[in-house]
Amino acid sequence: MGATSTSIRSQSGKVRRAIVVGGGLAGLTTVIKLCEAGVPVDVLSLVPVRRSHSVCAQGGINASVNTRGEGDSPQVHLEETIYGGDFLANQPPVKGMCDAAPNIVFMLDRMGVPFNRTPEGLLDFRRFGGTLFHRTAFAGATTGQQLLYALDEQVRRWETVDVEDDKGATIPGEKMVRKFEWWDFLSLVIDDAGLCRGIVAQDLKTMEVRAFPGDAVCLATGGPGILFGKSTNSVINTGTAASAAYQQGACYANGEFIQVHPTAIPGADKLRLISESVRGEGGRIWVPRDPKEQRSGRDVPENARDYFLEERYPAYGNLVPRDIASRELFRKCIHERRGIYNPRSNKNEDEVYLDVTHLPREVLKKKLAGVLEIYEKFAGEDPFTNPMRVFPAVHYSMGGLWVDFERTADGSVALGSPRNQATNIPGLYAAGECDYQYHGANRLGANSLLSCIWAGTIAGPAMVTYRKNLAKSSWDCPSSLFERAEKRDEKKFAAILAMEGDENAYALHDELAHVMLVDCTIERKNATLDAVLAKIEEIADRSKRLGVTDRATGKMNQGAQYVRHLRNMIVLARVIAQGARNRDESRGAHYKPEAPARDDAAWLRTTLALHQGEVDGAAAAVRFVREVDYPLLGAPVHATDAVDVSLVRPRPRKYEAADAANRASARPPEAGAQNAPAAAPTNPRTGNRANAR
Amino acid sequence: MRPVKLKIKRQDGPRQPSYWQSFSVPWQPHMNVISALMEIQKRPVTEGGERVTPVVWECVCLEEVCGSCTMLVNGRVRQSCSAMVDALASNGETITLEPMTKFPVVRDLVVDRSRMFDDLKRVRAWIQIDGSHALGPGPRQSSENQEVAYPLSRCMTCGCCLEACPQIAKPGAESATARTARGDFVGAAAINQVRLFNMNPSGQMHAAERLDAVMGEGGVEDCGKAQNCAAVCPKEIPLVDSIAVVGRAATKRMLLGWLLK
Repeated sequence: MGATSTSIRSQSGKVRRAIVVGGGLAGLTTVIKLCEAGVPVDVLSLVPVRRSHSVCAQGGINASVNTRGEGDSPQVHLEETIYGGDFLANQPPVKGMCDAAPNIVFMLDRMGVPFNRTPEGLLDFRRFGGTLFHRTAFAGATTGQQLLYALDEQVRRWETVDVEDDKGATIPGEKMVRKFEWWDFLSLVIDDAGLCRGIVAQDLKTMEVRAFPGDAVCLATGGPGILFGKSTNSVINTGTAASAAYQQGACYANGEFIQVHPTAIPGADKLRLISESVRGEGGRIWVPRDPKEQRSGRDVPENARDYFLEERYPAYGNLVPRDIASRELFRKCIHERRGIYNPRSNKNEDEVYLDVTHLPREVLKKKLAGVLEIYEKFAGEDPFTNPMRVFPAVHYSMGGLWVDFERTADGSVALGSPRNQATNIPGLYAAGECDYQYHGANRLGANSLLSCIWAGTIAGPAMVTYRKNLAKSSWDCPSSLFERAEKRDEKKFAAILAMEGDENAYALHDELAHVMLVDCTIERKNATLDAVLAKIEEIADRSKRLGVTDRATGKMNQGAQYVRHLRNMIVLARVIAQGARNRDESRGAHYKPEAPARDDAAWLRTTLALHQGEVDGAAAAVRFVREVDYPLLGAPVHATDAVDVSLVRPRPRKYEAADAANRASARPPEAGAQNAPAAAPTNPRTGNRANAR
Repeated sequence: MRPVKLKIKRQDGPRQPSYWQSFSVPWQPHMNVISALMEIQKRPVTEGGERVTPVVWECVCLEEVCGSCTMLVNGRVRQSCSAMVDALASNGETITLEPMTKFPVVRDLVVDRSRMFDDLKRVRAWIQIDGSHALGPGPRQSSENQEVAYPLSRCMTCGCCLEACPQIAKPGAESATARTARGDFVGAAAINQVRLFNMNPSGQMHAAERLDAVMGEGGVEDCGKAQNCAAVCPKEIPLVDSIAVVGRAATKRMLLGWLLK
């Protein structure tokens, strides 16, 4: 804890930096928070950060600003997020997030995000799933892109700011942010005491392997959606970094909770998302009442349409949470065979209508242009005049690296605590979709952008505190520690280049993705999950016999890089499938027809997975544990799989009822009293303008 | 099922000679150029039956919002994810793919567009916020202002406008004739950012700094008014207007500076 470890320079004169891996919303927010606290940062990203997957988020970001005077408040936001997540999320971090949300949106507005405005010049908010309030701020239908750009611009500004030494003098040639774009994360550098001291990464333009010392490391590397093959995810979302950290001892939590988004466009390479905001603005889901209906969508009269979500869920309608909507669409198409009939193929396709043709074109252009353009370009049909055809697609992982938090007496998180967003490897933090913290068993729409930015907002200060109290800086560790790690990963890469088997990595990924998608998403049965697990072992075995298609050295080699990503996907697939097999209940996105009820007595707990066996996928097993113990700055920390439900009492989740998600009776008395005026909605149904049309 | 034919310009690394290879892959419904390239990854064999290294390209979002997969498709610069095979080759025509020519090639279809990100630094494309801590709501803005700003803000830094601009030189073109006389033109994308930030209520407080950055060598005056930028912009950003708006503001600032001297 001496002054030497807080000095900006190491004993050998180098600038002591922290490391952030990943340049999406979570990573960039973490960078900004570190820089503002005076900590220089190295940012590594697979792609130029402005192209990170956050760019794909469409609909918006939640914040209970209550612009419309509906009686919305952060307390209601907390309750609806917890209820939507089927009570699996620890509640204090969610409270921290919901309380901070209005200021996060104001900050983004100050950064220049072109949010849509009200006539008075205030931020406009729209409706999203799982709530009856207008809570979602948005910039057209490319909100994620606009948020990413704003944060990217702030980080670019930090790239131009000089590092100052302890006396305030500029250090020549050293900027607060150094960006390493087109670098692939390979592994953590862990010292003999088990502390994370930095990372090893590979320059994808030259394939150079290099170790980076860092006093604290944050992984903000997104989700693993690509392991399901075609999804709404970007091709870079293989989960490779989180998987690598897991194989080095980081705990992975709630892996089995995978969100399937109800509305996406079928495609050969990707299932492109059609944002929930389309329904938030009044879009309606339906199928023809007659399963053999021959007319095209727009010609089917009103009385021949089955608006099945509105019928079953009169209050929430098309805006029931995603897990429920996806299951309803799945049932309609797969079990009842009532998807849209195609006279040419003479069968009912796995598609339903998402209809905005009844909405004014002007409104659609102002609020949804970005997403309707995507439909037009990729489906080749005009969504203004023809109902869109959509089907569910894998979208988001609620699970991810286990991270800690420090609770305050009033049930929120203690800002600046080094425990916030800390993994069980001291010095390693995680933020964004790659952490598991905020969404329980099902994420509500427009909470992901918020959770990314909030996680970064608290991860940065946590890393600052950690760094300040670190007995010995990573920058003063012997260079042999980093050289060893570098050598290890160079050897591994050389081994990949030497692979001469008969299996193709891309084809093998197709096989893995197929079983995961078919048997480990919307409906899960134990017998088929056993088969999935057997298939994963078979694929893990065959992955040892890959033939690398590209042996190029010294220049970009995507084929060899992909072998590594595939192996890491296989490891995470095992965590997901085994977690699903074990959890004999239904909760949020995890649904087992054999055990359709939620079982709080047995399963109101976090799934905690540790890697067992060798690194790189083969002959490995998942060890599920009930407790996590880790040392932090010399003190032992103990956490268990018990979920902190101290703020909103668990109750059955039934969206068939009006205002199910924010029923006042569910509030514990003290919180209820405190928030009573704000939390009593006047009449949420009247706020439901979109559907009143 | 009919095959999809591709002719691809390849290059093994930076500053190496380029060469062409032809491939044929099976057709699928909803197929775009990216899914054709993905098929080559699974079976990297040319039409002539030669086993080759798979084609290298860059892509991320596959929904034309990240800007990564920009290349020349049948000679026209665009994102390859939204290049649908049925629209390009309804009768089985060969589709040609080439890397962009105004940026250095990394390998095959991958180019290095870091100059565009450097230009964003040059024009100070950010709002100078006092900090990310809670400072209350941002400035109020009219819907009209938002409706002008938002389309400008959709620029993906994809490089189409630079590729199509006759004022932008190809990399490695060292001769004076190939380069514009006054150095490398900054291009429409960065100038558009100047307009975007200078119309923001907070951003306009630092409008002069951004204008200074696009005045003089390689600045907004170097625009040759070919208007190719707006024609190829996949997001239909009014780039010609942006150049005109920034050009007028720069002229005004120059005259004002001269008068005040």
